[in-house]
Amino acid sequence: MALLHTVNKSPFESNTFDACLGLAKSGSTVLLIEDGVYAATTGNSVADKIKNAAGINFCVLGPDLQARGVEEKLAEGIKVVDYEGFVDLVAEHDAVQAWL
Amino acid sequence: MKFSLQINEGPYQHQAADSAIQFTKAALAKGHEIFRVFFYHDGVNNATRLAIPPQDDRNITAEWVALQKEHNLDLVVCIAAAQRRGLIDEDEMTRQGKDANNISEGFRISGLGQLIEAGIEADRLIVFGA
Repeated sequence: MALLHTVNKSPFESNTFDACLGLAKSGSTVLLIEDGVYAATTGNSVADKIKNAAGINFCVLGPDLQARGVEEKLAEGIKVVDYEGFVDLVAEHDAVQAWL
Repeated sequence: MKFSLQINEGPYQHQAADSAIQFTKAALAKGHEIFRVFFYHDGVNNATRLAIPPQDDRNITAEWVALQKEHNLDLVVCIAAAQRRGLIDEDEMTRQGKDANNISEGFRISGLGQLIEAGIEADRLIVFGA
């Protein structure tokens, strides 16, 4: 069963991103939204965690990246989606788990 | 596909209420059905018709009402969460002996059973929260 995980908190203010990574299984997708998009940026301690998470797909909500002015700092290997892409991810996965 | 949404955060609190609206618009535009939107915890504050955001700011409640009218959405407010926060409709105003009510048109007050049903009846339940 492929889950879509949504993370909406910055990894620098909350541990939900780490908790999500600790339980997300291979084949699942982590979608970073709202302040969660900071986990998709380079030059910090989170980038390695994403690089080392084998078998997990990472996506980030583009409008939320742009709203925070960090689209230029996007780390490699993370797919940018818009709200339509968000909807598609929900439809493509078996269930959605929000890490609040 | 049928989607249900649960919203746990009030308007202007952070971003979850905005994310939920954007998601709903995108889902409807792609031809999906929104089975129900359930407002829970501080999310019940999305349903007040008395909020007056500045004119150059978005009016989140008005956006929900407009979407409700256009797509006949089922916008359900949790009664226990609403009563704690002073969100009541006309029936509850009378029943509780209060002097005012504030639930906007387009929203209805009901119980947690509606959330469970939303999870069962929809293909996906998406939670937006604080």
